[in-house]
Amino acid sequence: MLEAIEGSQAIARAVAMCRPDVVAAYPITPQTHIVEALSRLVAEGEMHTEFVSVESEFSAASVVLGAAATGARAYTATASQGVLLMAEVLFNISGMRVPLVMTVANRAVSAPLSIWNDHSDSMAVRDCGWIQLHCADNQEAVDTTIQAFRISQETELPVMVCMDGFVLTHTLEPIEMPDQTDIDGWLPPLEFDRRLDPSDPKSLGTLVSPDFFAEVRHSHHAAMIRALDVIETVDDDWHAMTGRRGGGLVEVAGDPEAKIGILAMGSTFGTLETGMEHAGAQAGRARLIKLRAFRPFPAAALRAACAGLEHLIVIDRAISPGLGGVVGTEVAAVLAGAPDAPRIHNHALGLGGRDIPETIYADLMTAVADPDGPAFSVFDADLTKLDPEDR
Amino acid sequence: MAEHDPRGERLDELRRKFGREPLPPGADQKELTPREAQPRFRGLESGHRACQGCGEALAARLVTECAGPDVMIANATGCLEVFTTAWPQSSWRVPWMHSLFENAGAIASGMEAAMKAKGKNTKVLAFGGDGGTYDIGFQALSGMLERYHNVLYVCYDNEAYMNTGIQRSSSTPHAATTTTSPAGKERMGKRHLKKDLLAIVAAHHIPYAAAASVAYPADLQRKVRYAMGIEGPTFLVIHSPCPLGWRHDSALTIEVARRGVECGLFPLVEIERGAVTNVMPIRKVRPVTDYLELQGRFSHLMTPDDARAEEERAHLQALADHNIQTFGLRGDTPDAGDTQASSSVGRGGHPAGRV
Ligand SMILES: Cc1ncc(C[n+]2csc(CCOP(=O)(O)OP(=O)(O)O)c2C)c(N)n1
Ligand code: SF4
Repeated sequence: MLEAIEGSQAIARAVAMCRPDVVAAYPITPQTHIVEALSRLVAEGEMHTEFVSVESEFSAASVVLGAAATGARAYTATASQGVLLMAEVLFNISGMRVPLVMTVANRAVSAPLSIWNDHSDSMAVRDCGWIQLHCADNQEAVDTTIQAFRISQETELPVMVCMDGFVLTHTLEPIEMPDQTDIDGWLPPLEFDRRLDPSDPKSLGTLVSPDFFAEVRHSHHAAMIRALDVIETVDDDWHAMTGRRGGGLVEVAGDPEAKIGILAMGSTFGTLETGMEHAGAQAGRARLIKLRAFRPFPAAALRAACAGLEHLIVIDRAISPGLGGVVGTEVAAVLAGAPDAPRIHNHALGLGGRDIPETIYADLMTAVADPDGPAFSVFDADLTKLDPEDR
Repeated sequence: MAEHDPRGERLDELRRKFGREPLPPGADQKELTPREAQPRFRGLESGHRACQGCGEALAARLVTECAGPDVMIANATGCLEVFTTAWPQSSWRVPWMHSLFENAGAIASGMEAAMKAKGKNTKVLAFGGDGGTYDIGFQALSGMLERYHNVLYVCYDNEAYMNTGIQRSSSTPHAATTTTSPAGKERMGKRHLKKDLLAIVAAHHIPYAAAASVAYPADLQRKVRYAMGIEGPTFLVIHSPCPLGWRHDSALTIEVARRGVECGLFPLVEIERGAVTNVMPIRKVRPVTDYLELQGRFSHLMTPDDARAEEERAHLQALADHNIQTFGLRGDTPDAGDTQASSSVGRGGHPAGRV
């Protein structure tokens, strides 16, 4: 049954359905509604979990690490400054290969202070060794959250579920909430073999000499690459039960024969789809490519999705100052060897909550036609606000 | 003829596009209110975006009024930071900087070290809410105190994370509801006690740590002046009601704060090098229910014939009684602390003396 639910409330309910043993979180806009909704479920006795109201995100991440290390199913959520304050623990969690799920309600990073949406936070920790999945709408966010617990268990890797702050977290959408009994059957109990257990004592997080460090990293990388298959099979399995897909690794929409492609992560994808429908014939139809799995990076799936394109517009919702766009650069790298690789037009859009209107579709399609267009731009920046030397 | 100034012209254009409507001619010559007409220094101007009746805004004005103008401020993330500054406006008349939520103590330490290096006497103030002080910024605060930086740290204690929409902090009183400590079938609001931060701060053996309340502005300002006269780390926690989060009438900020002191739940004590040296006496002790009944965050404790509510009220009363006994708050003299009003400014390096 479809229900109109706010994204955050839906995520809280999806998390509750996965029956986590321990939840620890700290308020930060725009993730706060998720913690608040979870608190209410606990206070009303509708969710039985040890809910730890910590004093910082650093402790939120550490509490769930401690819990997960004992074999408990654990969950946390944060955004922006919270992600960055967790950074040290995030590397630690994945380095120990502990299963965990975290929602990131994507938001810009200070300074200047902005509570609004972009992807600077999750981009800043792209190399922390977590699986990173980006959701295009709230249905996908619900489905991905539940899938994340299973992916995490099967891969023994932590999973970060990214959803655009406000645009998704604070928006009411019709959502099909799954059935509790279905989830109970679909998500097996967590059996974490390497858990801390007095009957079989193990040491976690030990010092490793140079004799072993490279092998640890190699195996972490290999596990991430193997996770590509797991993400797909879990999505297939979900589809078999619910009839819906969470988005696999990469999804393609629009015109499959188009010579121009636009690639985006998160809710921007929906804006482009609608923008294309409303733009009319003059703007032309593009192939729209949705990148759901940012880590592990699905090189083969991307090559397949981009085959035959002459131009590929890659949208970044963050900027790596001095480089440009991270997604754009990475996509260019995996396509580089391919025959007839498309020309990449990389644009950062919607930084710090700048609205992305539907008309952006036509604007992007127009910009592609410019043979002298820049390889990278902050597409929607109004340069007249800057001193001439900063333009 | 004036020189062509492209930068100025561009700024004018930006102001026209993004700035406020210009005032009609003569509007800036309005009559001053009696407060505005007072020849006293104002570090925090009006016109900011705090809610009506915000205790924190009042407290910050009182502090900067008698600490300034030769100060600089490190402000943690929180309501005070947000409602006083939104580009391109600022309410501060003193140098002010916001960095992050959890590092005000350390930013202030850096400012102070620089002042020392340059041989300057400008006093550094650090401002934080209870979240930024009791919780996430606690480590930086402790380091600042232990390293003995010449900083006055002021915590505006509104007993929850207000800026993100009223979540519990370790300063939230027992049994109060917040959005992360809601009352429900299985909960009666916050399950844990309010952290006794003043005792922890005092355990750093700093020269001066005190509690103040916006209900007693003269006492508050006396404490600021006293702290300003000390060279070394000093700490002030100011009880600052938040009408939005505590859910009380915004006209009752002072009344709520006063009852908080008069029932014993928020004792106004002064601690010097670990020893209690002064307390604000309570002439007529009120029952805690006088304080609770004004605030929606405690409304679940006021339901009649509810054993759980009764138990929590008794619990809070016991906490107040404990404070009254521990600090000997019961007094038959007038509110001695609330009689000072002089506005002299001292700062680090001057011989400390009670004014
Ligand atoms: C590392 C980090 N986590 C969370 C936040 C979000 N945040 C901003 S202000 C705030 C609460 C402020 O509460 P408090 O310190 O009590 O000040 P108040 O707003 O009540 O004055 C929170 C949680 C942040 N800015 N940085
Ligand atoms: S929410 Fe509370 S602390 Fe924040 S500005 Fe309003 S009254 Fe002041």
